[in-house]
Amino acid sequence: MTTSGRMELVCPAGTPSALRAAVQAGADSIYCGFRDETNARNFPGLNFSPQELAEGIRFAHAHGSKVLVAINTFARAGDTDPWRHAADTAAACGADAVIAADIAVLDHMATQHPGTRLHLSVQAAAATPESIGFYADAFNVRRVVLPRVLSVQEIAALNRLIKVETEAFVFGGLCVMIEGRCYLSSYAAGRSPNLNGVCSPPEMVSYDEDREGTAARLAGFTIDRYAPGEPAGYPTLCKGRFKAGDKAGYLFEDPVSLNAGSMIVAFKAAGVTALKIEGRQRGKGYVTEVVRAFRKAVDAAEQGHDATEIDNILAGLSEGGRQTTGAYRKIWR
Amino acid sequence: MARVALTLGPLFFHWPAERLRNFYFRIADETSLERVHVGEVVCGKRMPFSDPVWPEIIERLERGGKEVVLSTLAAPATVRERKAIAELCADGRLVEINDITALPARSGRPFVTGPFLNVYNEATARFLARHGAATICPPVELSLDTVGTIAGACPEVGFELFAFGRLPLALSGRCYHARLHGLHKDSCQFTCEQDPDGLAVDTLDDQPFLAINGVQTLSAQIHSLLVEPAELAARNIRRLRLSPHGCDMVEVARTYRDLVEERQDPEGARFVLSCLELPGTLVDGYAHGLAGSQLAARA
Repeated sequence: MTTSGRMELVCPAGTPSALRAAVQAGADSIYCGFRDETNARNFPGLNFSPQELAEGIRFAHAHGSKVLVAINTFARAGDTDPWRHAADTAAACGADAVIAADIAVLDHMATQHPGTRLHLSVQAAAATPESIGFYADAFNVRRVVLPRVLSVQEIAALNRLIKVETEAFVFGGLCVMIEGRCYLSSYAAGRSPNLNGVCSPPEMVSYDEDREGTAARLAGFTIDRYAPGEPAGYPTLCKGRFKAGDKAGYLFEDPVSLNAGSMIVAFKAAGVTALKIEGRQRGKGYVTEVVRAFRKAVDAAEQGHDATEIDNILAGLSEGGRQTTGAYRKIWR
Repeated sequence: MARVALTLGPLFFHWPAERLRNFYFRIADETSLERVHVGEVVCGKRMPFSDPVWPEIIERLERGGKEVVLSTLAAPATVRERKAIAELCADGRLVEINDITALPARSGRPFVTGPFLNVYNEATARFLARHGAATICPPVELSLDTVGTIAGACPEVGFELFAFGRLPLALSGRCYHARLHGLHKDSCQFTCEQDPDGLAVDTLDDQPFLAINGVQTLSAQIHSLLVEPAELAARNIRRLRLSPHGCDMVEVARTYRDLVEERQDPEGARFVLSCLELPGTLVDGYAHGLAGSQLAARA
């Protein structure tokens, strides 16, 4: 569906303090997950206990913000209870929506908690009207988080054909593979986003020094090499340098992050309901800075300012690394 | 003990029409495979090249006693690709669904789900069974025991395991063959046709790692599930899926037949396979709950 109202800014929170920071910086909605395998950012020291979630929701509601709970990994065979339990807890805490990808979780929510709004996670990789229509009809899904494969023109066409809202990633880390359909991490290192909520798991990372410099490895596979003295990056599988044919380089994607801030006006024209910032693994300082800048940028877009003015608002936001608008511009493919 | 059947999965690679015809005619005439998948799964742009030859391939396969399954695209994007899926779903033959896009068009009639569809647990499997899933080939990262758990809770569905070939590990909106050749997907010049098993990707330290095939990323290594048929039967696994590659697939099919008929033990079968001209070494970690790149079985 094409939304004509004010665009919603959806912001990440990996901790209760990041949630409060996002609320205070102007987030319309905050998404977060439980401290276990039921969410796709299952990293040590991150996420919420049920009590922290309940308190976070109370705080957000008191300030006019919403909380969306991500239960977006795939339930384990023979042991689906933790996922059902997470869904039950989110509903009991008064979550404004649950974000899910697994049919088992969606079905549980639709039958047991029909009053709680359901959003389809990017991990479900629903990119066509037929696929989105299926999730809407079968589970009453009200919003789909779009896979990062569509151009903004394709998003506009899609919005004309579906009856649910769309949410588009606008800033942060960028998966180059279709999310929810990538097993590279378990292939190399035994744990994966779908199975464990983890990609390129930290306990399998090593930085090995030799005469040529540093090799950043994941489970023994060299993901990148750095000259002596050169700062070494984290060996995320799809962002490494490899050899193929007679070439060596960033075969899948350069070490870039997504910044589609310059396309906020285009997203609005395409009928997108909500803009999502990635980064539940980030601290509250980062969340405050990014959310505050995007709050200004979205408000400027709503007031009719053009893309150049919005670029100026967001110009200070750079992590030092290079940025891309990803698949939103067709040339990325 | 129920007999374990053999399936030839869909071809992932871009082979010229003449090669497709020769390959599948030989499969039709010289193998005892129960089921053969046909159709393009990875890239809709390849379909105009292969579409003209499928009818005669299907006819030859059916004459050879094979049950033909029509496979559908794993990541449809264009109107033409979505239309192709809807048309295939209307066919009276069995259809393989590789994206939820196909489900509304096929719901209520029997279908196969391929490894691109995320079936991770018995609740999802039962849901799909209610919609018509007759055979489920789960994602490759699930272990033998996990599939056994799902199959045990879902006896109405025949479970099939990905048992031979480079593992389908990821899909992207971006074409890596085009990117490598300095092109874009929309004007790719079909460079993927140069690599009939995909193009090997090594690490900077020359470790064989992955393979690219257009928008798809596969393992460099060849996954080969070689276990006693009793171990499959005990987990309600009824079929093994062999993925087509440029090596002698008739010999691969014969080797798996000998394995499931207990004329050859797993170690003997592994030796026979390792003598073929494979594009990578044999691994089986996923089946045993390890990283997919590992070899759990004794060599």
